[in-house]
Amino acid sequence: MSTSYRVDWRRRLTDRSMTVVVTGCFVAAMVPLVWLLGTVVTKGLARFDWTFFTSSMRGIVGDGGGALHAIWGTVLITAATVAISVPIGVATAIYLTEYGSGWLPRLIRFLVQVLTGLPSIVAGLFIYALVVILAGPGARSGVAGALALSLLMTPVVITSAEQMLRLVPTSVREAAIGLGAAKHAIVATIILPHAASGILAGVMLGVCRIIGETAPLLLVAGFTDAMNSSIFDSRMATLPVYIYSQWQNKGADLAAYDNRAWTAALVLIGLVLIFNLTSRLITHRFAPAAQGVGD
Amino acid sequence: MTDTTVTTAATPTVSSSRRLAIESMSAYYGDVQALADISLTIEPHTITAFIGPSGCGKSTLLRTINRMHETAPHAKVAGSIRLDGVDLYGANVDPVAVRRKIGMVFQRPNPFLTMSIRDNVLAGLKLQHRKVSKTHGDDITEMSLRAANLWDSVKDRLNKPGSSLSGGQQQRLCIARVIAVEPDVILMDEPCSALDPISTAAIEDLMINLRRDYTVVIVTHNMQQARRVSDRTAFFTVAGAGEPGRLIECGSTEQIFSHPVHQATADYVGGRFG
Repeated sequence: MSTSYRVDWRRRLTDRSMTVVVTGCFVAAMVPLVWLLGTVVTKGLARFDWTFFTSSMRGIVGDGGGALHAIWGTVLITAATVAISVPIGVATAIYLTEYGSGWLPRLIRFLVQVLTGLPSIVAGLFIYALVVILAGPGARSGVAGALALSLLMTPVVITSAEQMLRLVPTSVREAAIGLGAAKHAIVATIILPHAASGILAGVMLGVCRIIGETAPLLLVAGFTDAMNSSIFDSRMATLPVYIYSQWQNKGADLAAYDNRAWTAALVLIGLVLIFNLTSRLITHRFAPAAQGVGD
Repeated sequence: MTDTTVTTAATPTVSSSRRLAIESMSAYYGDVQALADISLTIEPHTITAFIGPSGCGKSTLLRTINRMHETAPHAKVAGSIRLDGVDLYGANVDPVAVRRKIGMVFQRPNPFLTMSIRDNVLAGLKLQHRKVSKTHGDDITEMSLRAANLWDSVKDRLNKPGSSLSGGQQQRLCIARVIAVEPDVILMDEPCSALDPISTAAIEDLMINLRRDYTVVIVTHNMQQARRVSDRTAFFTVAGAGEPGRLIECGSTEQIFSHPVHQATADYVGGRFG
């Protein structure tokens, strides 16, 4: 077998060309991402100043002003959305994995799947209709915005939490059952802590889904130039809607409006990044140690 | 209420007897019958080994004793198991209460990964909502870990995660966790099959000590192990795939290995099949 150790040029050529193709695809995917970040950072830095973070747009025409009211609105509405979606989402996931049997869980899973694809404008219109019935036409509030966003976020939380709960090993469940634990105790003491880091990652995914939403907020939370710290009362600005309105309703000084829109975009990306890093850190702290069975 | 059914009936006789009487037990997974009509008495303060080829239903029988079998989807049982005269499958018996009296150690060590060594030992008490003070908890931890021959190697790192231990130590931690809830009976489902020979020897020593305080039932594929540790042995077999497992014979380990009544037993313990 004198040929068996010879270099196989054909195989080597295939290997090289595939490497080139895969690397090329990676670069192609990275280009728009880097470009986008570069554009947002360079254009956003123009107004990345103290005033931007300390003042609202109240009484501002032209240069100056800021987005404090919109940043504050995004933080409040996002927090309210999390407060609504996470308990409902996690409880539903627990029902699906631990308690449900028969046709009801299948129906719920189907509906959750449908809801996951719900266009955000439809969520906005639905809550708009609800708010009109309850509070009369023209009513806008942060909490209505949070409700609309919850319709978008809850399905994401349910789906990811269900997957995480299913990942808890049978051996761990059996250990708890074997110790004479009732079901609710097993869920609270063993299964939830085990799945906590994964559930948190799902919550993070959900927040990323909703933090940039514009359309439903435009409908039900409205827009304002002034600070509003109450999510239950009157219009509340948010960063995406702020960006939209800066770009849409430009005054005489075009550059001032454009610059504020870019800076708000930069802040929004920054918020997502900060949130992402924080939850990664928490996830890392809470993750159960890998199942190590030494020999 | 159902809790007391087991407790009150068992408490007065606890020290004198922890006898399990299995009567005409059959077990099913959906339409498949896994066990046919098993009757067997498990003597208190002895180690009883269940041996037999794979699929003979020995693990299933073990899991019917603490009513673990019925937690599998579509699993059913017929027959009765009495612990000191109380039918564990009686109408008023809560399976959760049964599992508090009959602890279980599994094939692979399964400590709770989110908990420290100490919390693992006390997990059963926590799961049963029993309030334990700090000092009492310390006492239970030490007592249970000593009983599981693990105290000396972990006493300085009780707050480290249970997953930091070796496989054999994890299995002893799981045994300590069972001891902490003070069961009458300890079931062990191939407790050494994932362990190396040294860890296996440590667990076997431990089993022999446990016999003084508990009724122990062990499922094993390892006939040498059955011979080394058990007082009584039950041999099960199965005619073929899809057939239910049957008990061939049960007797003292000495008798089963030296002069079994049935030819099938002789063939199996002699290594001629299975």
